[in-house]
Amino acid sequence: MSQDKRYVRPYGDTTGDGMVQMSFTLPVPHGPRAEGAAQQLANKMGMDPAMVVHSHAIGADFTFVVVYGSVQHLVDLEQVRVVEREYPLLSPYEVNSELKESLGRKLVVVGACIGTDAHTVGIDAILNIKGFAGEKGLEYYRELKVINMGAQVSVPELVKRARTEKADAVLVSQVVTQRDAHILNTQEMSAAFREAMGDRRPTLVAGGPRFDPLMAGDLGVDRVFGRGTTPGEVASFLVHTVKKGVAA
Amino acid sequence: MALLDLDGEVVGRARALAARAAEPVITLARAHTTVAVERATLRLAGITGADTTHRAGDVPWVNRVVDTIREHCGLEHGAVLPAFHALREHDLGSLTELAEATAAGQVRFTVPTGKQAERAGRAARTAVAKGLRTVDRNRGQRDKLVARLGDPARRPWIYLIVATGDIDEDVVQACNAARAGADVIAVIRSTGQSLLDYVPEGATHHGFAGTYATQENFRIMRAALDEVSKEVGRYVRLTNYASGLCMPEIAVLAGLERLDMMLNDSMYGILFRDINPIRTFVDQRFSRQVHARAGIIINTGEDNYLTTADAVEAAHTVTVSQLLNERFAHEAGLPDELLGLGHAFEINPDLADSFRMELAHALLARELFPDAPLKWMPPTKHMTGDVFKGYLLDGFFNLVGALTGQGILLVGMMTEAVVTPFLSDRDLALANVRYVLNAAGNLHEDFRPAPDGFIVKRAHQVLGEAVDLLERICRDGLLTAIAEGTFGLMKRPPDAGKGADGVVEKADGYVNPASELLEAGQ
Ligand code: B12
Repeated sequence: MSQDKRYVRPYGDTTGDGMVQMSFTLPVPHGPRAEGAAQQLANKMGMDPAMVVHSHAIGADFTFVVVYGSVQHLVDLEQVRVVEREYPLLSPYEVNSELKESLGRKLVVVGACIGTDAHTVGIDAILNIKGFAGEKGLEYYRELKVINMGAQVSVPELVKRARTEKADAVLVSQVVTQRDAHILNTQEMSAAFREAMGDRRPTLVAGGPRFDPLMAGDLGVDRVFGRGTTPGEVASFLVHTVKKGVAA
Repeated sequence: MALLDLDGEVVGRARALAARAAEPVITLARAHTTVAVERATLRLAGITGADTTHRAGDVPWVNRVVDTIREHCGLEHGAVLPAFHALREHDLGSLTELAEATAAGQVRFTVPTGKQAERAGRAARTAVAKGLRTVDRNRGQRDKLVARLGDPARRPWIYLIVATGDIDEDVVQACNAARAGADVIAVIRSTGQSLLDYVPEGATHHGFAGTYATQENFRIMRAALDEVSKEVGRYVRLTNYASGLCMPEIAVLAGLERLDMMLNDSMYGILFRDINPIRTFVDQRFSRQVHARAGIIINTGEDNYLTTADAVEAAHTVTVSQLLNERFAHEAGLPDELLGLGHAFEINPDLADSFRMELAHALLARELFPDAPLKWMPPTKHMTGDVFKGYLLDGFFNLVGALTGQGILLVGMMTEAVVTPFLSDRDLALANVRYVLNAAGNLHEDFRPAPDGFIVKRAHQVLGEAVDLLERICRDGLLTAIAEGTFGLMKRPPDAGKGADGVVEKADGYVNPASELLEAGQ
């Protein structure tokens, strides 16, 4: 990476101008004070100069503002931390032949949306034949045996099913995030597998639109997939774990 | 004025087929009761409160009583005979005292016979009739307030959701929304409430992605909206959810606390909460009878099918479900003006002509159900983190609403895919609605789709597919169709699902004064 590309600023219409836009609401009645308060906040956030380009009242007690301005901060691209895919993306054909070779039997996948969460579209996008974004789901893969338990599945039910099916991997979806429901539910799930099976637990995968792939450690799972995940990425990861010997 | 030139004969056939498809399910619903129907009946008869000393947390008294009756003598004769018989036997003053005695293990419930049964039945009827009088008074009070304060100046009514999890915070947001132009406030329920087999008690502050539906929360919000109604000079309506395992009880509480609209779909709980189909159909019939009595507008949930199935391919399943919902509602005594049949703007915006198809579907619903206050639902599935695109999409949604004479317009949020809405999201969304309704004005007067054009053809095609599907449902049975994934691609067999153990076949001597009074419209 060339030196001049290591540090970047937002781009408005000129390189390095640092221009951003933001909008927010303050619990202050509409008027000059509210605009001044917005200006102060923008300055504290590193926007200087900051322009309050619009404000209007929301009821008697609140003000909505739109601010444009230039941020002083620099981003150091070398310090950006993301989960980069460390395994190759495989075609269904490659997934099947790799699994056949290294496992010699079908890989068993149990999927569910746990807790009281009733959103199945995400996990179905990964598991159902129909798939997502033009890719077929895991059920389409000959060397995968997929059990989709649907939604509102309790952790004990999931553990029990994973045990009877001798699951190699358990895939869990969480969509509702209010009061950190997705985090607490996933932690409860991973702890339950640890307690029930110790080192012989299946590979644990969590997915959902508001998960950050960096959270795997905190959640006690082996991998986290966020929004826009495709089935192929997940299948390729499963092959990767088998080859690494993570899966039992 | 009719723009689609629908064939009256085809429309008539669609309705007749829907009635035929619904009939066996209605028969089934009449032949059964559920724990929730029995609890709803006792609530009408006056039981309130909860057992705060129980180790499982606050268990409503009505659950203690109905569960114990079931244990002692079964529910096939209904709960009121054993309950009112025990009341007399033990010389207790009220159902709440009966509940306390039940919890203390002092009551042995039996099904009375002969004179004793007659006496218990009479006492129950008097108590239930008193509850229904409260419901009637609330209906009268609503009429009076509407007459005094007025209805919204135009259609569609603007419907907005609040969902903070804390009823006090909801009140702040709801009042602000009403001041900013909302005509209907819906308090969405906490995740998971649908699967609770009891209604929580008291004011609540800790819901997940919604606020618990409780009698006290209903009362608090209705009182706040009564205040703000005076301020804004129009009657602001309140909506909640009569769905899930406690559908009939929540309908009763809505009637007792003067709620104005309730979400009450005939299949939503089956499809999207995996609740047992029979349980749902039995509960649904009773709850709709209560809504009819209370003058509550029901909202059906067809929009949801289009989040799991494709909005173009499955457009006709929406029409079929609307026809079924209409039939079930009529049978339960609801007139057209209380039928907020649902449909939605959920076609993939990347498709060519998506807007034309949306117009076709919306007009079809409008012309099939000319007297129903249709509920027009915004895009949700194709909303993304690109909130700017979402704001544009919501504008087009609002335009369809204005152009096709929808009755109730649920305001779309540009942050649909991101969070439960911020105060500012709601405010911006209302600005969007106001702009479109104002700018479009009476555009519908000028809007005439070409007689052989795309929109007209598409509407006819969807209606044709709906008739075909209804024929199949008549042949195979509605329960089979549901089991096969006809609606929303969710497969729900009749013997599976949550709450199945709460369904009881009625015995010959079954007595339920609430059902009797509601059926007779007394
Ligand atoms: C469809 C939908 C519904 C449908 C669900 C139908 C069904 N059977 O799934 C219905 C109508 C039933 C519904 C109900 C509710 N919903 Co909803 N719903 C949505 C909606 C519109 C779309 C979600 C969706 O299907 N996305 C498409 C899929 C493909 O995307 P995805 O889930 O992100 O999945 C992808 C990735 O995240 C990933 N992924 C997901 N899971 C997994 C798992 C694994 C293992 C892997 C590898 C990957 C993976 O891969 C997928 C493909 O890329 C969103 C809004 C939105 N536009 O996002 C709200 C939304 C998710 N719902 C929401 C809420 C609050 C609810 C309710 C709780 C409302 C209520 N109080 O009643 C109820 C839920 C009740 C319950 N018990 O859960 C909120 C959640 C807010 C939050 N963050 O907490 C949202 C964001 C709307 C909002 N802004 O309020 N909902």
